[in-house]
Amino acid sequence: MIQLRYFASLRETLETGEEQIEIPDGVHDLAGLTRWLQERGEAWTSALADKRLHVAINQEIVKADAIITDGDEIAWFPPVTGG
Amino acid sequence: MIRVQTENFDPGVELEQLRQRNKGQAGAMVSFTGLVRDLNAGDTVMQMTLEHYPGMTEKALHKIELEANERWELTASIIIHRVGPLHPDDNIVFVAAASRHRKQAFRACEFMIDTLKTEAPFWKKETLPGGARWVEPATN
Repeated sequence: MIQLRYFASLRETLETGEEQIEIPDGVHDLAGLTRWLQERGEAWTSALADKRLHVAINQEIVKADAIITDGDEIAWFPPVTGG
Repeated sequence: MIRVQTENFDPGVELEQLRQRNKGQAGAMVSFTGLVRDLNAGDTVMQMTLEHYPGMTEKALHKIELEANERWELTASIIIHRVGPLHPDDNIVFVAAASRHRKQAFRACEFMIDTLKTEAPFWKKETLPGGARWVEPATN
């Protein structure tokens, strides 16, 4: 199982804060997982296409070629606005 | 030292505790306190809700504080950030650095708040008279 998390405006757009799924067949890296999620429908396709999104695996920022491993926590979020 | 909390903080109390952690070694303490504005982009802000990523946010703040302590000779430092619903004039964030000399403390304090703003996972949502909106990141 992998844990997926979505924050802030992305969480609202997708109407999902977190979920657990099995790594889908044929998915090995972040880019593949993102493509698989985008097949869920228009909201997912457009929301996850936003180039400004950051992705963290196990709470470390990663790039699209990052490998997905069972047990990972993967989080998508918009640019940060704290302070 | 870092803290992420819903409750308010008192900048004066935090500075006094920073002073005591210096054990007499510091010659300067510099702090920054961030407040909720009542206006943003011309609109009245009624409430500001801060969301964060529990776990990753604390790690990010630790990393920022560690880097500041590596780059400047600090005798003590602290980062506090509030989360949850806040209102105009509420404290949001407190950053302070103590050092033997003022320049180190000034630079470290500025570095910590500037880096926090671009790297720590916090997101602001404003409640306005006409509805709510997520705050866009500053472009400058």
